[in-house]
Amino acid sequence: MADLISIIVAKYNYWIYITLMMIGLYAMIAKNNLVKKIVGMNIFQTAIILFYVSIGVKKGATIPILEHGHGGHGHHVVHAADYVNPLPHVLMLTAIVVGVATLGVALALAIRVYNQYNTLEEDEILAQIREE
Amino acid sequence: MVWPIDLAILTLVVITSIGALMVKDLLGAAILFGAYSFMMCLLWTVMGAVDVAFTEASVGAGVSTVFFVAAVFRTSRRTKD
Repeated sequence: MADLISIIVAKYNYWIYITLMMIGLYAMIAKNNLVKKIVGMNIFQTAIILFYVSIGVKKGATIPILEHGHGGHGHHVVHAADYVNPLPHVLMLTAIVVGVATLGVALALAIRVYNQYNTLEEDEILAQIREE
Repeated sequence: MVWPIDLAILTLVVITSIGALMVKDLLGAAILFGAYSFMMCLLWTVMGAVDVAFTEASVGAGVSTVFFVAAVFRTSRRTKD
């Protein structure tokens, strides 16, 4: 039991990541308003970014910028354990930009739907489609 | 990574995300989403991902919030849930 509790406490970043991901999934499925669905989609995306950045964290490591990178003190041995892993960060830079692009397209579609049906609620839009 | 700051910011992240989905006004949801993005930016800084942090601050908290506010002004603030 103590082992289980220590595992749960030590990996709290991942538990928050799962929580945020499920909040976003719930909003995408269950919310009725289109803008609320888009907010849920963005929360889902940032949750995935949180997971990837959490992978790169090391205990007692500093930010991934080389100390004495300009030389002048002879040759230095770079210890990889002293720096957090920058590879997931670089992957997630792309993910942030893609997230903003999908957000822009989704909001443009929502505005288009609003101009057509004069509402943002999903059930009212579906009712209008059934009437036609 | 300083764990008390990390835990405090993670709590704020969950609170602002639930708030952005629960509030009954789309402009309020947009502003709370901006607060959520900024808390995420602070979280990346705590975790040592400075490049992700300033991309998130400019693109996530800045441009996304502007997009949401612009979309809400072009449509309506009314929401049922």
